[in-house]
Amino acid sequence: MTTDLDALYQEIILDHYKNPHHQGLREPFEAEVHHVNPTCGDEVTLRVHLADGPAGRLVEDVSYDALGCSISQASASVLTDLVIGKPVDEAMGIHDEFLALMQGKGKVEPDEEVLEDGIAFAGVAKFPARIKCALLSWMAWKDATLSAVEPVETQMEEAQ
Amino acid sequence: MEGLLPDLEIVRKDFPILSRVLTGADGDGRPLVYLDSANTSQKPQVVIDTMVDHLERHNANIARAMHQLGAESTAAYEDARDKVAAFLGAPDRDEVIFLKNATEALNLVANTLAWPGERQVGAGDEVVITEMEHHSNIVPWQLLCERTGATLRWFGLTEDGQLDLSDVDRLITERTKVVSLVWVSNMLGTINPIGEIARRAHEVGAVVVVDASQAAPQLPIDLAAMPEKERPDLLAFTGHKVVGPTGIGVLWGRRAVLDQLPPFLGGGEMIETVTMEKSTYAPLPHKFEAGTPPIVEAVGLGAAVDYLSVLGMANVHRHEQTITAYALEGLRSVSGLTVLGPTDATERGGAISFEIPGVHPHDVATVLDTRGIAVRAGHHCAKPAHARFGVQSSTRMSSYLYTTPAEIDALVDGLEYTRQYFKLS
Repeated sequence: MTTDLDALYQEIILDHYKNPHHQGLREPFEAEVHHVNPTCGDEVTLRVHLADGPAGRLVEDVSYDALGCSISQASASVLTDLVIGKPVDEAMGIHDEFLALMQGKGKVEPDEEVLEDGIAFAGVAKFPARIKCALLSWMAWKDATLSAVEPVETQMEEAQ
Repeated sequence: MEGLLPDLEIVRKDFPILSRVLTGADGDGRPLVYLDSANTSQKPQVVIDTMVDHLERHNANIARAMHQLGAESTAAYEDARDKVAAFLGAPDRDEVIFLKNATEALNLVANTLAWPGERQVGAGDEVVITEMEHHSNIVPWQLLCERTGATLRWFGLTEDGQLDLSDVDRLITERTKVVSLVWVSNMLGTINPIGEIARRAHEVGAVVVVDASQAAPQLPIDLAAMPEKERPDLLAFTGHKVVGPTGIGVLWGRRAVLDQLPPFLGGGEMIETVTMEKSTYAPLPHKFEAGTPPIVEAVGLGAAVDYLSVLGMANVHRHEQTITAYALEGLRSVSGLTVLGPTDATERGGAISFEIPGVHPHDVATVLDTRGIAVRAGHHCAKPAHARFGVQSSTRMSSYLYTTPAEIDALVDGLEYTRQYFKLS
């Protein structure tokens, strides 16, 4: 029998929770952020390392140290799988897609082509109290990436 | 079971929400098992009806309306003050100040102590609190110390969740101006020896503030009966945890101390006279009740404390201890579970925080919720206390006068199910 609970705790989520990918804080990095969910105390320290690729800036590495529930831990793991190696613009697009899924009240059909393991979080959208858990590391990643991108652009503007 | 409230099943019928059926994970109905009363308590019909009746028949502003409804509303509001004064055993009913909640009460004290006046705290002075405080009894004092240059000092905790009183002489000194502490911890459940600490604090002339947010719902309180040296100077609690509504809290203060504090908020109702040069202030309690107060909420709180008094706070306390002992025993049967705080029911209140290694509190709460069981998960606004025990968060069950042993059984079963669900061996 599939229940709402099983929809929330998909095997993929529990697998990522037990064996998180890309865990730990690594060098080098251009930006580091610390995000907290003030209602529950979950926290994540997240670093972003960008590199120049043929198609523009690439997300070379995302490393993190997170404390929290299965949903927030698994979400950080899936995030790194999805964005590492992608051009920044494409990664931001994946972020937007994940955010839309989380805010879709369970009515958004996830695109597996884009979100891969991230589609397992579709059930979370039906648990309002848990959406913030799933979004914690994504918000941290966006914040860090924007501040890693900005100084470069500012420097370029100054050079022009 | 010996010690439960007599007629518990009848008492439960006073609380309409307790008959709610929630949706389980399989879509089936699950009767509500409400174990989050330390967060907020449920409301008996008499509180709901009293508030509705006031709004339907007696609504008017208080103390200024020159008509019959105004007189009725004022009488109902002041009658609520009498009821709260009786509930606390307050030596003087004018020492009972109605505010928004316990947080506002503690902020009132911490702010007015920073301002010029006989009790003003300044650089070189010390404020003493404890590591088991709720954030609402930490942050106002941090703000006071930042603003005045005073130093904040902390009582530590022992391994079993008691206040560490071994360095009381080092902490409470002639520099101490304020000692503020929780009577019953919302996270550890610990009942603190407030009389003993008040006596030490009074020996050095400090003001003693007690956060009674969790004590007022559970312990019989009789301020007038306490030896004067052991009686707090100021005491705060909130209405919604004592089966009353939200939006109403109480600050009780010894008249001599309240008279020494400057007004907090300025406005209508708190003045004696206002001229363009200067204003003078109304006597207690109105000096601290600027603006239109939460009238219907105060009236509801009056009905709530009356309800508790009819049940008898000694009976409520005995019920809480009985349920807490039964819950501690049940929780001990869950493999791997650790309780944070005292494990003897006679030394603690009804909030029990615990950890299950391998399952995060959020996940515990979500699984329990799909079985109709409401608990709290997180840091319970007590981050320093969690840090003291090396945990980031915990799951907390909290019972009240309407909690049954069967609900504790449902919790224990739910926790066993949670362990299986997350495949803990």
